[in-house]
Amino acid sequence: MDPARFTQVDAMTWRIEPVDAMRVPAISDLERIEESGVAAGARPHCVSDRAKERQRREMGTLGSGNHYLEVQAVAEVFDVKVATAFGLEKEKVVVTIHCGSRGLGHQIGTEFLKDMVIAAGSAGIALPDRELACAPINSEIGQRYLGAMRAGINCALANREILGHYARRVIQHYFPASSMDLLFDVSHNTCKVETHVVAGKARELFVHRKGATRAFGPGHPSLPDSLRDVGQPVLIGGSMGTESYVLVGDVTSETKAFSSACHGAGRAMSRHAALKRWSGRKIIDDLALEGILIRSPSTRGVAEEAPHAYKDVSAVVAAAEQAGLARRVARMRPLICIKG
Amino acid sequence: MAGRSTAPAEGRSGWEHFSHDADIGVRGFGPSIEAAFEQAAQALTAVVTGAEIAGSMRVEIACDAPDIELLLVEWLNAVIYEMAVRRMVFGRFAVRIEGKRLHGVLWGEAVDRERHAPACEPKGATYTALRVARGAGGVWSAGCVVDV
Repeated sequence: MDPARFTQVDAMTWRIEPVDAMRVPAISDLERIEESGVAAGARPHCVSDRAKERQRREMGTLGSGNHYLEVQAVAEVFDVKVATAFGLEKEKVVVTIHCGSRGLGHQIGTEFLKDMVIAAGSAGIALPDRELACAPINSEIGQRYLGAMRAGINCALANREILGHYARRVIQHYFPASSMDLLFDVSHNTCKVETHVVAGKARELFVHRKGATRAFGPGHPSLPDSLRDVGQPVLIGGSMGTESYVLVGDVTSETKAFSSACHGAGRAMSRHAALKRWSGRKIIDDLALEGILIRSPSTRGVAEEAPHAYKDVSAVVAAAEQAGLARRVARMRPLICIKG
Repeated sequence: MAGRSTAPAEGRSGWEHFSHDADIGVRGFGPSIEAAFEQAAQALTAVVTGAEIAGSMRVEIACDAPDIELLLVEWLNAVIYEMAVRRMVFGRFAVRIEGKRLHGVLWGEAVDRERHAPACEPKGATYTALRVARGAGGVWSAGCVVDV
């Protein structure tokens, strides 16, 4: 598929036709993407030309930092019933993509942050920190931001669909008999309107998740039929040299954290410190001896993402489980890690 | 990591990186605000690559902000924007500030993935650890955390 077919407006409103001449996105993907593949209320005209320009050449790209495409093997299954519902079984191979709207989302955030710092002052809001710039949700700028942010979510969904398409094409080239079904696609670093029970009363809330993901438990009405009985898949990345996990949302997460869980191991050390401690070349060579292939344009980037620069993901997911946010379903070991 | 000529006590220009959990801090030093801003941009480039950068292409930018600290963020974000949309890296910077407006000139070249081996793409300058100040000895510093 030519990524240029996803034009700026198309990508941000992102409507997928059931029958696509380019064979992607597959219709079966739609029900496995949160909100059936499109964030409602997107207002592309609230996205600046600069943000659109930044997006133009980035659709279908992975990006750098902690973003990755990883080929993993299921190493351990904790919950056979849920794993079966997710299509996971031991030694099955999965592809995991961690990537978002790329520069577009940052450009939207950057521009609205500045506008809201100025607007807050004009509205008499005393900000304890400028990073906490805000505006009333029903103000003109608040509504514009929501529309632009939702457009950014749709770009992220479209971008991952394009990356998933390329991954499918490569896998099918080498393994023609294989198939690759989408387990789940969920965004983080978003604000979503959701209904939650607060003090015994159902209320409509704006739920911000930063460094966190949705984790709807079994029975949640927004889950597709195929997942409603078991709950939402929760994908928690570890590092390029350690395992990652698939969890399932727990009903208790609703009252504990508005149906949220962590979305990754989290860094144990800054990039600056990691760079001082490790050599990217040595990490690549050492992981190759363990059967893990790393593909990155930069050995320095690999050093910054060194496995031990991250927290112990097993401990992190155990904490999430004990906290009642999500339960472990399967553990995956990395085979190939591609950095953008 | 510190810049080649980091020596704020001597009133010279330079840059440094500083630690932040998931991202990285950039800070420039110089005898003037403009010099500190130019060095902060050098620190930004050093987040991406340590390779030599040819100054064969020239890009002009302008931005404004209500105060000098927000202007630093605007400046770095303008550089990041040009890096992203032009797929370039910049190795030399010239800044002129008039009131609330900044005029900048960037010299650089197209990214060469082999030669520059870009470690990351900075996504945006943030208000975290944002500070523009004149220290002892009259040296200006300008820095913030950059999201990568």
